[in-house]
Formats: sequence, C-alpha cells, structure tokens
Amino acid sequence: MRNEFEPGAFTHGSVQEPTCPKRTIRSGRTKHTHLRERGEFTVSSIVDVQNVTFSYGEKLALDDVSLTVDEGDFLGLIGPNGSGKTTLLHIMLGLIGPDRGSVELFGQPVEQFDQGERIGYVSQKATSRGGTMPVTVRECVRMGRFAHVGHSRLSDEDRQIAEDALETVDIADLADQRINQLSGGQRQRAYIARAIASEADLLALDEPTVGVDAESRDAFYRLLDSLNESGITIILIEHDIGVVTDRANRIACINTELYHHGDTESFVESEALSEAYGATGTVVHHHH
Amino acid sequence: MSGQDEHATESTHLSEERSQSVKLDPRRAVELLGVTLVGILGALMIGFVALDWLRHYPSLGTLPTTAFEQFLIAGMWADYVLGTNVFQHPFMWRSIATGVLVGIVGPLVGTYLVHRQMALIGETLAHTAFAGVAIGLLVIGLTGFGGSLMFVALLVSVVGALAVQWLTERTSTFGDVPIAIMLTGSFAVGTLLISWGRGHVPVTIDIEDFLFGSMAVVTADGARMMAILSVAVVAIVAVTYKQLLFITFDEQAARVAQLNVSGYNTLLVVMTAVVVVGAMQVLGVILVAGMLVIPVAAASQVARSFRETLYLSILIGQISVLGGFAFAIGSSLPSGGSIIVVAIAFYLVAVAASLLAGRSAAISMH
Repeated sequence: MRNEFEPGAFTHGSVQEPTCPKRTIRSGRTKHTHLRERGEFTVSSIVDVQNVTFSYGEKLALDDVSLTVDEGDFLGLIGPNGSGKTTLLHIMLGLIGPDRGSVELFGQPVEQFDQGERIGYVSQKATSRGGTMPVTVRECVRMGRFAHVGHSRLSDEDRQIAEDALETVDIADLADQRINQLSGGQRQRAYIARAIASEADLLALDEPTVGVDAESRDAFYRLLDSLNESGITIILIEHDIGVVTDRANRIACINTELYHHGDTESFVESEALSEAYGATGTVVHHHH
Repeated sequence: MSGQDEHATESTHLSEERSQSVKLDPRRAVELLGVTLVGILGALMIGFVALDWLRHYPSLGTLPTTAFEQFLIAGMWADYVLGTNVFQHPFMWRSIATGVLVGIVGPLVGTYLVHRQMALIGETLAHTAFAGVAIGLLVIGLTGFGGSLMFVALLVSVVGALAVQWLTERTSTFGDVPIAIMLTGSFAVGTLLISWGRGHVPVTIDIEDFLFGSMAVVTADGARMMAILSVAVVAIVAVTYKQLLFITFDEQAARVAQLNVSGYNTLLVVMTAVVVVGAMQVLGVILVAGMLVIPVAAASQVARSFRETLYLSILIGQISVLGGFAFAIGSSLPSGGSIIVVAIAFYLVAVAASLLAGRSAAISMH
C-alpha cells in the first residue's frame, strides 16, 4: 500500500471550481462513495463549517468562515502564524464553540456529536506530555481503541487492531519503547498509529512535523498519502506551503478570513496566498 | 503475494516471541507477585476493620468478637516475639490498616495526578480537609452532633475539590494560582476557626497530630471510612483506568474522542480529596502530598510502561508505609515524617538506578 505513492499525485478527479474567498465551495469529489449511514443520518460531508466567527476577548480570530470537507478529501489548512488555523480546527472538532455560526461533523451538529471514534487527532501539543509520561508506544496506540470499548476491557481483536496499526506505520519493533525515547518522527508515527487503530474516518493533524527531520518528514507525508488513498479524510495544518500544495487536493487558506477554499490547482494560480500572507509579511520557502 | 505471506509469517513469529517474552519476563512476574501481596495485605486490613465494626452488633453472633479477640491475641504473640508493645492494641491496628490502605490508594490516584502535573492538588485538598477538621470540631462542640469528625473533614474536602476544579476550569488550565489561593485560604480559615473555637468549645483533639500525622489519631470511624473509600477508589480506578490514562496522556485527543474529560477530571479530583482525608490521619496535613507524589516519581524513573508505573508506585508506596511505621514504632517518632523519609530514600535509589541506566535525561518530572 505504501509503495503506491507517487509524489505530487493530488489529482483525485476534482471538478474545477472558481476561486471564491469567503464563500462555501462544495467539492465535486465522488471518488470515495462508501459513505456510511449512521442512524437516521446520511452523511454528505465530513465537516461543514458555516459562517463561523470567533474571537479571543477583543481579538478577532476567525471572521465569517465557511467551508466543507468531503469524504476522501486531503485538505491543507494554511495561513500565517496567528491566522486562526488551529482555532478553526479546534472549532471543527468541537474542542471550542464558535461565537457565531454552526459546525456539523459527519452530518451531526458538533455539540451533539458522539462518534468520537471516527476522528483521529494529532495535536500540536501531543508530544509534550509524551515527553514526560512513562507510556509505551503500544499503550499509546491502544488508546485508539478506548473510544470503541468504553469501560469494558480491550478484546483480543482490539489488541490485534492496535498491533496492525503499529505494522502499518512501521514501528512494530518499537512497541515496548517509551514514547519519550523515540525520535520526533517515530513519535508522530505512534500518534498516527493511534488514529489508525481507532479506525477513524477523519484524521486531523495540527503541524504534525514540527521538530521532525526532513527525511522522516517525507516518509511521514508518504504515509499520509497512502492513508488518504485508502479513503481516510485528512485535514492538515502545515506551515510549509510546498508540502501542502504537493499533497493536498484541496486548500483552505485563512488569515482570520477565508482567502481561498478550493482545489489545489486553482489555489496555486490564484492570488490568495499573497493576499493572506501579505497582511503579515513573510512566506517561508522550502526547497525539496 | 508470497512476499506478503512471508512478511505475515515473520510478524506472527515476532508477536509470538514478544508474547512469550512478556509471559516469561521475571521482572513483570515479581511486580505482579508484589502487587498481589499488597492486595492480600489490603484485604486483610479491610477484614480487620470490618471485624472491629461488626463486633459492635451482637445480633451477628459472637463470631466477629471472637475473631477480633483472636486477632489481638496473635498481636500479643507478635509483640512477645518482637519485644514490642504495638500489635496487641486495636488503635495501632487501625493506624496500620489506614496506612496500608493509604499506601495503595495514594500512589494509585497519585500516578494520574503527577502525570497531569497536578501534584500539589493533594496538598491543597489536605489543607481544605484541615479546615474541615476545624469545622467538624466546632460543629460537634456547638451542636453535640454525634457524627464522625473525619466525615465532616471528608465533606469539606470534597467541596474544596469541586471548588478547585471549578476554579481551574475557568482559568483554562490547572495553573498553580487557584491552587495556591485555595491552599492558603482554607488553611487560614482552619487556623482561625480553631483559635476561635478554643474559647467557645472544648477541643479534645491535639491539632499537632493532624498537622504532622500520628499513629494515635486514627479512630475506629476514621479507619472504617478509609476502608470503605479505599474499596470505592480501587473499584473506580479499575473501571476508568483507560479513560483516566487517555485524558492524562493527551487531553485534547481524549476530548476529540468524545470522552467526558470534565467529568473524569472531577472524578479524579474528588478521589484525591477522599484519599487525602484518609492519608491525613497517619501522614498529617503537611506531608500528605508526599504519598501521592514520591512513590510515583520514583516509579516513573525506572518504569517501562504506564501500567508498570502504577504497579511500582503502589509497591514503593506500600513498602514506604510499612518501613515508615516500623521506623516510627522503633524510634517513637511521628509516622508521617518516617513514611515520607523512607519514600524519598526509594526515590533517590530510583534516580540513581535510572542515572546508571543512562536515561534520566529523557525523564523530567514536574
């Protein structure tokens, strides 16, 4: 599965859409059509953000942002430092509530969302606690099963799923190591394995490769590609725009307001990048 | 395809080897044996406390009374053999029972607290419980309320725990400012109440015993409460082990996984209050946090996994309690300080061991 990766292969048959800042654009992707029915809901999009505004005290962080993430999307969420990327992701996941606007996750209002096992989340801060706490890689990955079993014991099947997830990200040999003995890249793989073990449909990653060396980073993004190929929806916050445009099939570029939301080709051709970043200055260029 | 098969066979072999190595690992076997022994000791102590309670109900027949007396006779023999004057006295057994149970539930709850960087919350809740003791003394003195002093302390401590939780949730993190305010505030109230109370009600309890811990301070009520609460805390942690671990390790991810983080946090803080009130009897208000923190800090230096941290913390906690009691009895010194000093000796040994293993750099305790 991992070998199927081709660099830059982000052409998942997206329908060309005009760039249109500050308006919702629905993706026309239909490649992954195995949408599941849960209860009475028939899911049409994974995340649906409508007119969300949020401020920290007086400071406006997000202004009237609307966007949707459809099943199978690889959405790159970019913007300058302090542009509200993490805030937007937190609002999408229900970690914080918006001041105005609404969010739906898997077709359910986010406040009522109760299918936590469908989301795998790797936060910016995920590594800090792992730095002090004596938790093994295997214990970390098994946490992915916790939302499934509630207060019951993990079954043999749950354990096997966790072992398989370790194999998928190639760290089975590190299973008994403490998380804090791993390198940055290995550690991030452990967190991804946890998300895989939870059999999540949506993977949300907040700058997952900060402090990870270039080689491990490339391998990490190849892994994300293959997960996306297998039908998992990905939302990725990344400061390295080159990585995002190489891999994501859709881009949301924000700086308090939404400057672009659409497929990657139209983003590259548009002025959204310079508009969004122009306000605060620099764009860091990386050469890979 | 054949390559995949080969890979699959190889990984099966690997996992078999791994599971075998887990089964045969002597270190794990020793830990499990130790934890089992601690469990048996805990059960025995709960049995003693239960007999101590049931013998007051004649309707149950003479069996509890007889068993209780046999227990003390065995204690007399122990005293005779050891040349001590300890094990024949019910009040000493109540202290020992409370201490043994504290040695289990203290590190058990402390493992989560330490790794949530909430170590000082135990200290805070002990000070709240001290205010509770003061309030209890006044209530009992003024109204003639016949309830247990420790029960009042427990109630006040739980209310304090909920207040700390409420404050910290509204200051976004478990910052230390609300904790410091709560710690000093409740102690201030406690000292004021006790000073004021001295002029109005007869205070029959030596406050110093509550501050520094004493083997003489544990009442039958206090021991019984500790036994019941210990069973409850162990049961709750057994049921919520996974959720507490997930929240401790990665709170945001746990929130995203729709765990009731706020609910589990409240549960943890309330369990802490419960443990602290029990531990306060033998350790004293000022030293109580030590039992929540030091065994865990020692275990975290050498443990290879979270589960092992939990087991080692309980083992170290228990040995500290028993060693501390032995030292306190042998030298007629307070139990609290003795227990903490023994625990710190373990911590230093663990630090040395992990330095020798060359991995202390990777571990930074808060």
